[in-house]
Amino acid sequence: MTTFRNSLPLKGYFFGLIALLYLPIVVLFLFSINANTYLSFPLQGLTLGWYEKLFASDALLRSARNSLVVALGSSLTATLIGTMVSLLMTRYQFRSKGLLVAMAVLPLIVPYIVLAVALLLLFSVLNIERSLLTVGVAHTVVALPYVLLIVGARLAGFDANIEEAAMDLGASYPTTLRRIVIPMIAPAMISAWLTAFTVSFDEFALALFLAGTQPTFPVYLYGQLRFANRLPIMISLAVLMMIGTLALVLIAERMRRSD
Amino acid sequence: MDRRATFWVLYLPPLLLLGAFFLIPLLLMFVYSFRADMHGSFFQLWQPSLNQYTKLISTGSYWRLLGVSSLMALVISISAVVLSYPIAYFIAFYGRQRAGFYLVLLLVPFWTSYLLRVMAWKIMLGTEGVINSFLLYINLIQEPLTALLYNRNAVMLTLIYVWIPVATLPILAALQRIDIALFEAAADLGARPIHQFLRITLPLSLPGVLAAFFMVFIPTVGEYVTPLLVGGSRGSMYGNIIQDFFTKAANWPFGSAMSMVMLAGTLILVAIAVRLINVRDLLE
Repeated sequence: MTTFRNSLPLKGYFFGLIALLYLPIVVLFLFSINANTYLSFPLQGLTLGWYEKLFASDALLRSARNSLVVALGSSLTATLIGTMVSLLMTRYQFRSKGLLVAMAVLPLIVPYIVLAVALLLLFSVLNIERSLLTVGVAHTVVALPYVLLIVGARLAGFDANIEEAAMDLGASYPTTLRRIVIPMIAPAMISAWLTAFTVSFDEFALALFLAGTQPTFPVYLYGQLRFANRLPIMISLAVLMMIGTLALVLIAERMRRSD
Repeated sequence: MDRRATFWVLYLPPLLLLGAFFLIPLLLMFVYSFRADMHGSFFQLWQPSLNQYTKLISTGSYWRLLGVSSLMALVISISAVVLSYPIAYFIAFYGRQRAGFYLVLLLVPFWTSYLLRVMAWKIMLGTEGVINSFLLYINLIQEPLTALLYNRNAVMLTLIYVWIPVATLPILAALQRIDIALFEAAADLGARPIHQFLRITLPLSLPGVLAAFFMVFIPTVGEYVTPLLVGGSRGSMYGNIIQDFFTKAANWPFGSAMSMVMLAGTLILVAIAVRLINVRDLLE
């Protein structure tokens, strides 16, 4: 493939832009081991002190736990519900199919601010106290399209005749689902689950409106931005979380591609 | 239990979840936008009114803000597409066996927390931030530049940065679908590389370019988090005003009307995008 014989400028551009994309991440990492409370050039000294202080900060750790709870709950629910919609989408014909699929995909498109205030409105009209549950519900809805895309693609990709064969041999439909279909789409379901988890884990736009008195980590982080001297501790936790999320995403990607 | 019975088991939970927490909230907001004010319970009888919409339509500053937000989104999405095109081109035609690795390299920043990346820009652009302190250190400037943070340019810079990996994906997909035999045929017929690019590569990758544009443009118009963090009061977008009406200003009916305008605008954009783009290509 040689449309342009000399690929050097293109290569330079690619790696230059990659460097630029990684710059903010490097900055965050430097910030977390920088002795000063603001990141100025040249660095005043390096420390791991922020990481130590992190484990003494109760409210911060509680917010991280909140994020974990919400992400676990919403990702499992989204995977379950999303798989149901995927099955309906690929294995059934019914009249309201278009509507159901549209409703499951639209959260990808509707601006988060609009969904956030609409849910806020719903919960306040019904007098439902805002909590981790209300955040979890919102995250389930926005994670659903991702599950649908990942699991739906897998389901569409394998032959429905295998199911017919199982049923011809006397298996009931639920048994066929349990013994044939679910094992075949399991890698896609795990990939979808991990994706849904990361979608929820650092989601901020919806959580800011719906968290109430139980902030998730991003909401807590936002609330603490005013206090410059707290920032390095927050960033140190953020760096740890970033490494964790990245590991999850890479696993999810590997599972999706291994199909 | 047969297929039919299983249908209901599969059908009811998603319907209930999406109905209760997606469709009904949006419908509720639609109804709420016809309230004249926030007095009295929602469930008591109240007179529907068009007050919020007439106020919205007659106040020029809201339209101006919507226009500015759309214009910002336009600049951001065009910049992101133009900057991503060479990246996609490089991966598609020069990546060879390393193409997969290059793609992951590009996507890793995108997979790390959005909020954190935006915050990193705040740390870089601030008056005591990385850029200012570096410029002061090398004596290029005597006073820290205040123009870097808390304005629309900061918002646009940050969002272009955030969207580049996203914009690359559909362009890359379109480029990878081009049949290499076309280039050979063109070369045999004497087309120079620049003509091959203009006559083959560019036209055939246009669907990907268009998809990339909409994938960036649509979410950017509704953005409120990035302006909140790096935009300050001078960098506000339409979404921030909606947020204000639901928090500080506490005028929910008006905020609802503003949200309905944004929702309608978004759906129109999506309808246009779906018409122009083959969505099935994107799902691969």
